[in-house]
Amino acid sequence: MADAVYRRPPLVVFVASGFVVLWLIIAAFPFAWTVWGSFKVQADFFSRDTWWHALFGTNTTRLTGDAFTDAGYYGAWVITRFWRAALSTGIITVCVVVISLSFGTLGGYALARSTHPYRFVILIFALFFRAMPEVAVVSGYLYPFFVLNIWGYLPTAIIVLVALNQPFTLWMMYSFFQGIPRDLDESALVDGCTRFQAFRLAIVPVMWPGVITTGLFAFLLAYNDFTVTGLVLSENNQTMVPKIASYLGQIQSQGNVMYAVAAVVSVTIPIFLLVMFFQRYLVSGLTAGAVKG
Amino acid sequence: MPHSTFFRFMGPSLLAMLLFIALPIVSIVVQSLYIEHPQVLVTSETCQPFGGCTTTTTVDAAATAQLREEQPLGQFNALGTYMDRNHLAFAEIAEIFRTSEGPSDVLSRIYNLPLYKALAFTITYCLLVTPLALILGLLIALAVNTVPQLLKGPVIFFSLVPMLITPLVGALILYWMLNAEGILGATIQNLFNDPTLSTRTSAPLTWATLIAYGTWTNAPFSFIVFYAGLQAVPRDTLEAAMIDGASRLERIRYVVLPSLKPLILFVLLVQLMDNFRVFEPIISFNAAANATSLNYLIYSSLNTQTTQLFGSAAATSVITIGFIAVLIVPVLLRVARELSAVRT
Repeated sequence: MADAVYRRPPLVVFVASGFVVLWLIIAAFPFAWTVWGSFKVQADFFSRDTWWHALFGTNTTRLTGDAFTDAGYYGAWVITRFWRAALSTGIITVCVVVISLSFGTLGGYALARSTHPYRFVILIFALFFRAMPEVAVVSGYLYPFFVLNIWGYLPTAIIVLVALNQPFTLWMMYSFFQGIPRDLDESALVDGCTRFQAFRLAIVPVMWPGVITTGLFAFLLAYNDFTVTGLVLSENNQTMVPKIASYLGQIQSQGNVMYAVAAVVSVTIPIFLLVMFFQRYLVSGLTAGAVKG
Repeated sequence: MPHSTFFRFMGPSLLAMLLFIALPIVSIVVQSLYIEHPQVLVTSETCQPFGGCTTTTTVDAAATAQLREEQPLGQFNALGTYMDRNHLAFAEIAEIFRTSEGPSDVLSRIYNLPLYKALAFTITYCLLVTPLALILGLLIALAVNTVPQLLKGPVIFFSLVPMLITPLVGALILYWMLNAEGILGATIQNLFNDPTLSTRTSAPLTWATLIAYGTWTNAPFSFIVFYAGLQAVPRDTLEAAMIDGASRLERIRYVVLPSLKPLILFVLLVQLMDNFRVFEPIISFNAAANATSLNYLIYSSLNTQTTQLFGSAAATSVITIGFIAVLIVPVLLRVARELSAVRT
């Protein structure tokens, strides 16, 4: 009896499995195809005649003597100096994650423990700010940045991304801290700790699951950003995503599309690793908002 | 918690949001009321014997620079930028109605105005991608719930990637497959034996591929949320429905869907707001000729080779924020109600 509810006729299981496999192909095939194609020459990956060329590397063999070539990666990373963009992205993501978590954790804790009515005002405004299109906000400070002469530098992009990330971080940490029993820090207060000591001694040791989940999304926001980094940074400090966008304009005309393909694959790899190692945290973060709200 | 402690904890976060989100919103409202100085032109007449006189117009660079120096924001234009052809274009629309030759003529001429063209695509994208992704996600969730455990892990893994991938990069990956030289685009051309069938030449095809991309990247979110929701469907109700003789579909229709209703609403609102901000795929698909969005218009006024059109970008931003404010009001009211319910 126990599993009668969940028992399914074979036909249903068959149809459902077929559908799931179809979705798996739709979700995963574009990535597999692009990774495979990134080791070919352009005549193979972008072949009008037949996609068999891309599969077997007909032209790649003809032109380079081998079915696989790393010309695209060499062109992107060495010739067009994609490594500089990777370095900028690295600096920006690390700083954004660290700073926005520090700000957001303190703020989220205060919001979760405060009893003043104005905390709702802050939360509601944070939600409103979260819905603002980034490019609209950026158009607001591009001009002041020129006047103040801080346009183009990495710290400028970092602080802007931290601010844009705050609404989400605040909400995530707020709902996470609400799940931590008040007794924990209140008993520390009774023992004579100040509020900050109570936070440091009683809350910090138990907050890491929430911090990791929130940090993953802060990472994704900074890493995936195109609008802020594309408009605020000078060409020397460009990050990976705007760099790829700049390939589209320049390189397509020079016949080096494969540089862009190799760069795209390079950008995808860290996301793959992130999903692989933190799948559980990501799913819990995605569903956290939904189940409550 | 005393006020002072609260604000000491909140301080950095509040300051960041005030300086870099609230202030810019004020700043775009101010900027949208100004317009760039026109270049100062000097007309001079040079007369040559027997050659007649020629008038030449040159840009007085020094005077232009000085004018920009004195009034860096540009000249005050009041609501002029909002009314011009690139924004709300009321004068042009009135003109179109006056000289129209029927409703289809009116529509096609309004569609040629930049803001309305962008609005048409943005709204179509929202209204198609949001329900399509929601339904696809729901179907995947229902299917994944029935398959053997073995399949579940990979499905969640491979579903997360299209959603979390950099939007610009994800769109590029699909674009390279869908364009005339990519695997799917070339195959479609060969199937229909029509070498002109390409996203570059046909606007409907560009829209269709962008919507396909949107569905591909948004469906996983609804899948993950609904899949989590399905685990919480009350077992007793399902069992009772079964005993009452409800078929599989009836159980989905009358038990599962009603219990997912709050989640469906949540996904709908979140995705509607995200889709309204569609922007990166237009760059990846190189689609600006056939499809633009409000955010793309702002970006293209800022990302120019010569002078950046701050006034124009700001006016479009204000209009965009207006639309988003309308969309978000029901969400804010709902959240406010829930928050005050928590307090009591």
